[in-house]
Amino acid sequence: MIATRHPLLSRLVRHAGRIALTVVLGGLLGATLVRVAPGFGVDEAELDSRLSSQSIAALRASQPGSDSVASFYWNYLSRVAHGDLGISRSLQQPVAELLRERTPETAKSVVLGLLLGWLLGLSLAVAVVMSRSWGVDLFASLLGGTLLCLPAAVLALLFLIARMPGRLVLALIVFPNIFRYTRNLLVRSAASPHVLTARAKGLGNFAVFFWHILRPAAPQLLALAGVSVSIAFTASIPVEALCDLPGLGQLAWKAALSRDLYLLVTLTMIVAVVTLGANSIADLLGHALSDHSSEVPA
Amino acid sequence: MKWARLFGIGFLIVVTFACVFANFVAPSYAHQFRDEPEAAPSRQHLLGTDDLGRDRFARVLYGTRVSLLLAPAAALLSSLLAVLIGGTAGFLGGRVERAVMAATDLFLSLPWLFLLITVRALLPLNVSPITSVAITFALLGCLGWAAAARVICADARSLAHSDFILLARASGSSGLRLLWRQVVPNLQPIVFAQFWISIPVFILTEANLGVLGLGVAEPLPSWGSLLRELQSYSAITGQPWQFVPLILFVVVVSCFHLVLLEQESPA
Repeated sequence: MIATRHPLLSRLVRHAGRIALTVVLGGLLGATLVRVAPGFGVDEAELDSRLSSQSIAALRASQPGSDSVASFYWNYLSRVAHGDLGISRSLQQPVAELLRERTPETAKSVVLGLLLGWLLGLSLAVAVVMSRSWGVDLFASLLGGTLLCLPAAVLALLFLIARMPGRLVLALIVFPNIFRYTRNLLVRSAASPHVLTARAKGLGNFAVFFWHILRPAAPQLLALAGVSVSIAFTASIPVEALCDLPGLGQLAWKAALSRDLYLLVTLTMIVAVVTLGANSIADLLGHALSDHSSEVPA
Repeated sequence: MKWARLFGIGFLIVVTFACVFANFVAPSYAHQFRDEPEAAPSRQHLLGTDDLGRDRFARVLYGTRVSLLLAPAAALLSSLLAVLIGGTAGFLGGRVERAVMAATDLFLSLPWLFLLITVRALLPLNVSPITSVAITFALLGCLGWAAAARVICADARSLAHSDFILLARASGSSGLRLLWRQVVPNLQPIVFAQFWISIPVFILTEANLGVLGLGVAEPLPSWGSLLRELQSYSAITGQPWQFVPLILFVVVVSCFHLVLLEQESPA
């Protein structure tokens, strides 16, 4: 009843439920992986030959290795509920503090990368559709195609060699994905019969583009915006690691190299929630836009 | 675009042959020419040697072999998992399909590289080169099934409701036999497309992992470890032949895309 009266509210609840489910199930999966990983509950101090057998036994007793997966997960959840994300084994610092220190750097890189990537991708896609020139299309497609074949890590290395700011790499990773999808979407939209009719009726190029090409494609573009957040976060690992940007990506890389699983799982869950949130917002906006368009009389 | 596809296929065949028969055209990838570290290209060493005196041309060929043969193997594994999970869910439909697709969506919502390095870190890092190759590509295969499973599930669902399946049911075929004999063979085109799409994705991911030091372990070369050598590139000493693996990498991945482009275009 409520769902039919308030479709937006029901979608909002569905998305919130999905995020909550991801956190609960993802957390369970992460806790299980951490618990069953080789080396869990083992302290390097045990290798110290000066320690007596009693000291080693006391050390082992202080480790959480004897917990079952269920109790380990329960303890983990109850600590998280109180805002305690634990302590990083490799960096010997509280995870919450590490996140506070490093989130602004990643946020800055990701936002800049997304803005520049979208600006470049959208501009070139619009140029291809509006100019209808095969030369522009070929240039843009070649540029996008080449960038699509380069791993983020290699692009970061090339930027290091050229002494250019590493942050820009994220834009070059986001750009080809945006361009390819947007170009195909706009070209298909521009080829629809209603666009031909609008042109035949004498509508100007800009009016045709904004009202008859871009507008029908807007919900899909919004969905792409959600996906691009995930692309940018994924690329942040190699970029921050190689360009020495102290963000979450670099933290994840360091945690992986030192097998700091607790920190890694927490980071993965946080990034998953952020990308899910971005996708949900894009989806809700897309639906709102579609609903609004369908309400406008033809 | 037919010429582009032909070029792509032709180039991939040539590169595959060259790297499969690397033993006959180049010295061992691990052999060190101790008197010639960082040598310039010559008739003996076509791409010079690296800082340990190892022949770069040999390392490019062997590295290409590792990436070019094992990425399809990983793609095959992920495609098989996708058929098993997506195909079965689509065929059975109802609650099973909803549950499996919800799990798939959940899996897809985890960021790919974060998930990959998390699972990689769960396994021992200091392992032999052969074990590191097996771990890297097995992980790619085991974790890369979700997107393909979604597509295959949708196809299996539409097949399950088609007329010929209805006829097969009417003639007494059911369950596993129906799935194996009627549905799976008809999923082949979509499975092949998903398999082909996965190869460049896995090659790129392996390269990313290799550059980050989480991929194939030294001294066994792979594209990831070859591209990592760019870290030591210096504009002052200037060894432009260090970029050859990168150029080869881009051309090979482009060739995979060119073949795909041709597959996508008629649709």
